[in-house]
Amino acid sequence: MLTFTCPYCGVHADETELAPGGEAHLKRFGPGSEDEAFEDYLFKRENPKGMHFERWRHAYGCGKWFLAARCTTTLEVFGTYPAQTTEPPQEIKDKISGKRPGWTWRLFS
Amino acid sequence: MPQPVGGFALKKRYSVFAIAREAARHHLGWERAWASPAPKAKYDAIIVGAGGHGLATAYYLGKNHGVRNVAIIEKGWLGGGNTGRNTTIIRSNYLQDPSAAIYEKSRSLYEGLSQDLNYNVMFSPRGVMMLAQTQHEIRGYQRTAYANKLQGVDTEFISPQRVKELCPIMDIDGPRYPVLGALWQPRGGTARHDAVAWGYARACSDMGMDIIQQCEVTAIHQSQGKVTGVSTTKGEISCDKLGVVVAGHSSVLAGMAGFRLPIESLALQALVSEPIKPCMDVVVMANTVHGYMSQSDKGEMVIGGGTDGFNNYTQRGSFHHIEETVRALVETFPMISRLKMLRQWGGIVDMTGDRSPIISKTPVGNIFVNCGWGTGGFKAIPGSGWAMAELMAKGEPGPLAAEFSMDRFRAGKFIDESVAAGVAH
Ligand SMILES: Cc1cc2nc3c(=O)[nH]c(=O)nc-3n(C[C@H](O)[C@H](O)[C@H](O)COP(=O)(O)OP(=O)(O)OC[C@H]3O[C@@H](n4cnc5c(N)ncnc54)[C@H](O)[C@@H]3O)c2cc1C
Ligand SMILES: [Zn+2]
Repeated sequence: MLTFTCPYCGVHADETELAPGGEAHLKRFGPGSEDEAFEDYLFKRENPKGMHFERWRHAYGCGKWFLAARCTTTLEVFGTYPAQTTEPPQEIKDKISGKRPGWTWRLFS
Repeated sequence: MPQPVGGFALKKRYSVFAIAREAARHHLGWERAWASPAPKAKYDAIIVGAGGHGLATAYYLGKNHGVRNVAIIEKGWLGGGNTGRNTTIIRSNYLQDPSAAIYEKSRSLYEGLSQDLNYNVMFSPRGVMMLAQTQHEIRGYQRTAYANKLQGVDTEFISPQRVKELCPIMDIDGPRYPVLGALWQPRGGTARHDAVAWGYARACSDMGMDIIQQCEVTAIHQSQGKVTGVSTTKGEISCDKLGVVVAGHSSVLAGMAGFRLPIESLALQALVSEPIKPCMDVVVMANTVHGYMSQSDKGEMVIGGGTDGFNNYTQRGSFHHIEETVRALVETFPMISRLKMLRQWGGIVDMTGDRSPIISKTPVGNIFVNCGWGTGGFKAIPGSGWAMAELMAKGEPGPLAAEFSMDRFRAGKFIDESVAAGVAH
């Protein structure tokens, strides 16, 4: 069973307590943007076979959104962090690099 | 193996006489159903993925368009992906016109598929009902029934009493969600999933096509904006045209070719019970409570529910979905409460934003994709193969595929089937 530690309240929650919210660190485009940028933002997910950065909500706990680094081929969770950031903390990046050398994600690595 | 000579009627045909003949010689004379050749250096067309959609594409490329110098490349074993993991519901009661056209084409091809392939795919048009358990669903399914009438798809909205007649084991007075009616498609049903893959594979092999299993495509090569070939775990293979038909792995293959698809890969699970005596001869889908059930010819109750909510490539799902599905179905069918479940499994389904598939040209010349069938593409195998073969042979989509281009997400021309796709099936 998938479990995450909520970075806000510190509860180690299993997925029945959480609501998945899809890809994290999306750059948002709205009215007035190019069609292509808007399409990318709305539909063209990374959907990687490997490292994934994603949003979760501690729905049946503190209710807050947080972010997580998780591998889609092993379901290993590399860490969770608050949603008010554009990149994962260095500590999580280092942990990923230890096991997945050469990983990249959109604008960071 | 007999060598194919242009035609594809050389393999010894299966028939009642063949069974008698082989019985008389202790079943020693049956041949392998398809050949397992080493890859050639070059093909006119390569299909990546020997699931139902890939094999059907190859079959109709040969049968309808005379393109037979074709390889179908599969990283595992043929039919081992979602095609061999699904719960085999076949129906065409979708809402939008482009969907009705391709799903109904597919359903009608299923009717003659055993004869066409000379392979018993056990198509069983036993009838499919989608229960209405809220006022909203009643209105939704009545609307679908009217739309289907205009599209020439035979469906009707039926009363709770008729539901009970068709499926006596159902509790239509359920405490939380009583049955208020159903959308009934008498010509829908089920088929044997493995047999669909095996039947197409045998026919493709008979046409001289190469089915190459245990061979993973690891890179896609292009020159001047056009595909030139692929790297595989069995070496380099050149091709003029490439069809990518890999369901849950579509984003991975698109990445190899340098573009992105509007697809996310999620796990969808199913389970079967121990076999019991025949008790249910229709397929029932309950979208509000999120579960569906039918009985296989072996007697197992075949059960499915919803997808997980997170990206996943592991072919394993979360247990609480099984719990939710079974809980909903026990309310609907009280007699299953003491059944033991035998097996449970998952497949990786390729979900699009509008719950409709993609049959499309791509940013790279002569690469075509067929994906996005998500939780409901078994029913579509023959029609999708038909449309994809036309697209690959002519380089332009025919009427069946035209609306399913991947550009529709940019243009905002969605084919919204999130209601018809309701429960994952
Ligand atoms: C549990 C479950 C229940 C379902 N129930 C229903 C149902 O009741 N009715 C219905 O209509 N649909 C149902 N579906 C959906 C249906 O199974 C799929 O839409 C359909 O089978 C997809 O077929 P396909 O040929 O596109 O994919 P697949 O059968 O998955 O074939 C794709 C193939 O591509 C291969 N591949 C991937 N990457 C590579 C590579 N790099 N190189 C070579 N080969 C590669 C894979 O190994 C795989 O064999 C269900 C799905 C699941 C998982
Ligand atoms: Zn919390």
